[in-house]
Formats: sequence, structure tokens, C-alpha cells
Amino acid sequence: MEQTLLIIVLAPLLAAIVAGLGGRWIGRAGAHTITIAAVAVSCALSIKVLWDLLHGAPVFDGPVYTWLVSDGIPMEIGFLIDRLSALMMAVVTFVSLMVHIYTIGYMHDDPGYTRFFSYISLFTFAMLMLVMSNNLLQLFFGWEAVGLVSYLLIGFWYTRPTAIFANLKAFLVNRVGDFGFLLGIAGLVYLTGSLHYGTIFGQADSIAGNTFELIPGRAWSAMTVICICLFIGAMGKSAQVPLHVWLPDSMEGPTPISALIHAATMVTAGIFMVARMSPLFEHSETALSFVLVIGATTALFMGFLGVVNNDIKRVIAYSTLSQLGYMTVALGVSAYAGAIFHLMTHAFFKALLFLAAGSVIIAMHHEQDMRNMGGLRKYLPITYATSLIGSLALIGFPGFSGFFSKDALIAAVHESGLPGATYAYWCVLIGVFVTAFYSFRLLFMTFHGKERFDTSAHEAHGHEEHGHDEHGHDEHGHGHGGPPHESPWVVTLPLVLLAIPSVVIGWFTIEPLLFGGFFGDAIQVAPEHDVLERVREEFHGSAAFVLHGFTSPVIWLAFAGVAAAWFLYLYRPGLPARVRERFAPIYTLLDNKYYFDAFNEKILAAGGRALGHALWRGGDVALIDGAAVNGSARLVGWVSGVVRNLQTGYLYHYAFATIVGLSVLLAWLLLRT
Amino acid sequence: MIPLSHVLLLSGVLFSLSVAGIFINRKNVLLLLMCIELMLLAVNFNFIAFAYYLDDLAGQVFVFFILTVAAAESAIGLAILVVLFRERRTINVEDLDLMRG
Repeated sequence: MEQTLLIIVLAPLLAAIVAGLGGRWIGRAGAHTITIAAVAVSCALSIKVLWDLLHGAPVFDGPVYTWLVSDGIPMEIGFLIDRLSALMMAVVTFVSLMVHIYTIGYMHDDPGYTRFFSYISLFTFAMLMLVMSNNLLQLFFGWEAVGLVSYLLIGFWYTRPTAIFANLKAFLVNRVGDFGFLLGIAGLVYLTGSLHYGTIFGQADSIAGNTFELIPGRAWSAMTVICICLFIGAMGKSAQVPLHVWLPDSMEGPTPISALIHAATMVTAGIFMVARMSPLFEHSETALSFVLVIGATTALFMGFLGVVNNDIKRVIAYSTLSQLGYMTVALGVSAYAGAIFHLMTHAFFKALLFLAAGSVIIAMHHEQDMRNMGGLRKYLPITYATSLIGSLALIGFPGFSGFFSKDALIAAVHESGLPGATYAYWCVLIGVFVTAFYSFRLLFMTFHGKERFDTSAHEAHGHEEHGHDEHGHDEHGHGHGGPPHESPWVVTLPLVLLAIPSVVIGWFTIEPLLFGGFFGDAIQVAPEHDVLERVREEFHGSAAFVLHGFTSPVIWLAFAGVAAAWFLYLYRPGLPARVRERFAPIYTLLDNKYYFDAFNEKILAAGGRALGHALWRGGDVALIDGAAVNGSARLVGWVSGVVRNLQTGYLYHYAFATIVGLSVLLAWLLLRT
Repeated sequence: MIPLSHVLLLSGVLFSLSVAGIFINRKNVLLLLMCIELMLLAVNFNFIAFAYYLDDLAGQVFVFFILTVAAAESAIGLAILVVLFRERRTINVEDLDLMRG
């Protein structure tokens, strides 16, 4: 078991090192062969581990290496392989494998080909370390490592200023979250003296009995403080309001990365972490309410932003934000299994949507503005079909995987009695309409309608009035014109392979995952919070669930969204502009993304700079350099300037000093007695 | 018989004269050297006087040593003086302030 796990983790690392350091010698084919082989091995073994667990293999929880012991706290590398982590491993390695294959086609002409493969393999390693960990330290290591790879990949085209801005932004915003996360971990270590999950969960009751006095005189429940701190970490990584600002900008990276890291896997690390910490979160209703409200806000309001954006990748990015919000809502109402279920289905169909968008981008010669697309359906049949499947899954069309996860999730929210649950219910409900609207807006604008692209001179069009829609042409942009054509098989194969689970996986997994106690002890829910138990009472098999879906408002809202998109973008294409003019203030608000970026740049960043400038001028230059360092030197200089006047250089002065000294000594000698 | 106090008084006067010479003289390094010689002689005078009155030859032996050292010192001093004059074309004390801080 232990060796299998080590192979799963270390194979991608080894491949990353070989491809990264030896890329020059093994060449392009060598780099993609070795990394794909390594990830394929990981994927196969992960699925085997999951299979074994499903067929009665015991949960593995043990250290494989002790790094150091400090003050009695062992810091170890260890694995906890229960069904939660095994499921995550299988999802991560499968999506990663698909993205690896896809990359062969997408990055075909890129000079950084081997570097790219090295990075995504390294990402797989880091993500596996994160999900397989059995202690908080290793979790944090994986957490930071995926952040690092994300940074490297957003800035993959490092000659573009926008990419560098975006990766710095992602890194800095994540630091804010990590600060909270680290405080949460520190709080747990402080109270339990251990980093190991099992030990900490075992002491959950005693932690809950403690209080922290953060402000003198005000005692807070330790569990609430710790859980909120941990969740702040999750907010950074999983891009929840207000730490979501980095995710749309991360679309500066190559599309395979957007699919793998910024949609399917890394951004769900926060969701996974909260689900993993469920024994702790169950002890604090305040923290759960906090999670719920943040998630609901993200789910609805980030969806609105997808409606006004015209960059194909950014629309999907906002959709990712919104779906992450759904998962967070599920965490908030203690439907952890629902969150993980939605995470899994979302990983498949969102990776699919991103990869399909990438295929469109290749066909359009690295054009990302949807206003310059349209009518691509007949040129890209496979991409169109898979996009349609992905979109249907995303909006929760009955029978598709997204339907099962989202419908169950909304039902669970409806059952919850936590403070904020009503708000969350309405958010997720309206969110369904919004999701359907922007998904089909994207689909219609890209694949249907008039062909708005210019096949002969597509490179010549100017940048539109939206300065923030920096789609930019790659330095390796294809020079040839002609009509768009379908992408090579390495691109379409992953699309098809991802489309299959996007359609069918919900049917098989909803019952065991949500209602069958699949996760066992990995997820613990207090009986009074167990909303899924209440949903289960109305669940009578997948087929009945689908039929029942037609009677709920959820599906009709989704259909209404699709219809609205059809009406506005296909039937009356002139209408959106008029709507935009009519609701100009709202449009401006959305176009500026609720002014989060402006706030961050003008107030937080500028304030930080002003503070830094003041400390530099006042503290460093004036106080330390001026007063302490140069000041003491100047004082010594002044004193010695006075004293040096004694050294006149005249012999008779010295002689005089000698004689006076002698006289004084003699006088002292004589008068002493 | 001259009383000891007279002799000591004389040597004291000589010593004081030489100290005064060092201070008052602002012009000539040669005079400085002479004053230093005079100081040593005044001290020698004390040695001889005590040796005589205490009937102890050790004091007179000491005087020989001092005279030898003083002669050597004068020789070195004068040699320095010659070099100094060659170097700076002056032996004016006021100009010799190389040791100023």
C-alpha cells in the first residue's frame, strides 16, 4: 500500500524533474512522453486505490517519513487514504492526464513546451501531496506548492506584462488567504499539540470548549476562530468573495492550465480542505454561517459578471467562481458530501468546457473575444458537441452530471436551518438562471449565429473599447488565414473522454456519494446539521430523481436562462446593446466587476504603498539611517572634533602636559598619606 | 660645608629654568634640546648631592649613566634636527605641528 502511494506521488515529481532539467536532451517528444507516462501511472494506481477502498480495503493512515520532531510535535510526511482522498486522487490524476494529452496539441508551437510539461507534472505532484496528506503541515506544503505552480503557469508567457501582473496578483491575494490558514493551523497546534488530523479530530470536543481572547475582555469560541481562519485560507485558494479577484486574471495563462488548475483541481483545494476538516467545522455554527454567506454571495454575484464579459475564457472563469460558490454553500449547510460530489462533476465538465474553449481558441488563431466568433458549429463539430454537453452539465440539465450534484445541493440548502440559509437558498436559485444564461450566451455567441470573424485578415482587427479584455495574441500566433478547422485528435480525444463522465457520472455516483455513506468517517456531520439525511427521504433512485427534477423550480429556471440567452443572442441579436444602454449604471457596475479591482488597486495597494513609503521615509531613511546610523556617527565626529583641538602638534604643549601630569602624580603620591 | 638644602635649591632653580625655557621658547628647536640637557643636569645635580651627603657612590654611578644616555640622546636629537632642517628649511618650533590631531 505504502509503496503504491509513494509511486502515485513521486512519479509525476520525477517526470517533472526530468522534463524540467533534462528537457534540452530528451526533446519535446521525450518530455511529453515521460510526463504523460508518469501521470498515467499515477492515474491508474489512484483508480486502483479507490477501487480497493470500495471493495473493503482498510483506510490507510500512517507516516512514511519523519522530517523532524520539535517540542514533541512530529512533523511528518504521511498519507491518509480514505474514500475522500482516494476520490480526489482519482479526479485529479484523471483530469491531469486529459490535460497532459491535450497540451500536446495546444502548446504544439510554443517554445516553452518542455517547461510547460514539467510544470503541470509538478502541479500533479503538489496537488496529490495536498489531498493525500494526513497532517496539516503536509497539507500546507501542498497548498503552497500548488500556489507556486499556479503562479509559474499564469505567468507562463512571461514576456506579456498582463501575465506578470496576473501572476503576481494571484500570488499576493493567495498570501492573504494563507495568512488566515496559517493562523488556523497555529491555533490547532496550540490547542492540541499535534499536526495529525486524527489526533486533532479526536480532540475536537476539547477544542470547542476553549475560548480565545483576541480582544481583551471579549472571549470567542476557539473553534469559531480556528474554523474561520482556516476558511479564509480556503477563500484565497478557492477564490471566494472578496479574495476572488485573482481567478479571472489567471486566464492569462495557457488554456490547459485554466482547465486543470483554475477550474478542475487547484481551486477546489479549499473545498476539499473544509470537507476534510468537517469534524471541526461541525462544532461551530457561526463559522458554518460565515461559510454559507460567503459562498452564496460568490455563487450569485460572480455569475452576474459572466453575463457581461466577452472574453470566452473569462466567462468560463466567472462560471467557475460561481460554481465554487455553490460548493462553498454546500459546505456551509454541512452537506460536505454534496460539495465533494459537485466538485467531482464540476471537475469533469468545467475542464471539458475550458478545453473546448481552448480548441476554439486554436481554431480562431488565439482570438478570445466572443464578439469576433459565431457560427463555428459547422467548422468544429466535435468541439461544438462536447461544449454543448459541458454546458448542459453545467446548467444542470436533467440526467447530466451537473444536474444531480446541483439539484441535490440546492435541495440541501433548502433544508438547512442555519442563519443565512434563506439568503443562500435564493442566491443559489437565482444563480441557476444566471448560470444557464451565461453558459448559453457563450455557446450561442461562439458556435451559432452569424460568422463575425474575418478569415482573411483576422490579425488586423483592433482591440475593442474594453481595455480590460486583454486577450492579446501569442507570440507564437499562427500566421495562416483560411476558415477555422477542427483541432487535431490529441485535442479532441480529451474532450470526448471528459464528455463521457460529464454525462453519465451523476447517475452512478449520486446514491453512494450523497446518501450511501460513501465517505464513512472521512466526513462527519452532526445529526442536527445533517441536511442530506432530509434530502435522502425524498430520494428514490437516480431515475426518479431526474423525473422529480422536472417538477422543481430549479430546472425551469435553467430553461428560462437558456431561453433568455436564445432570445437575446440569436433571435434578436440587436437587443443586448439596447438592454445595456437602458441599464447603463448596472452594466457599468458589472463591467467594473463591482469595483473590487479598483478598490484593491486604489485603496489597498495604494494604501499599502503609501504606508510603505511613509515607513521608508520616516522609519528607514529618517529614523534608522538618519538618527541611529548617521546620527551616532555624526555625534562621534562632533565629539572628536572638539577633542582633537587638544592635539596642537606643538612640542611644548606636549611637554607641558607631561610635566603637569607628572606634578599631579607626584602631588597625589605625596599628599596621599 | 654647604648645606644640602642649598644644593637642592640650586638644582630646583636649574630645573625650573629649563622648564620655563621649554615653554617660553617658541622659536628654536635647538634651544629645546639645550633645555632638556639642562633638566637632566639639574637631576644629576640632585644625584651627586645626595650621593655626597649620604656617602653612597651608587648615586654618582647613576650620574655617569645619565650623562652617557644624555650624550647619545643629544647626538640623535641633533641628527634629527639636521635632517629636519634639510627637509623643511626651518627649525622654528611654531612650524613643527605635524602631530596636530
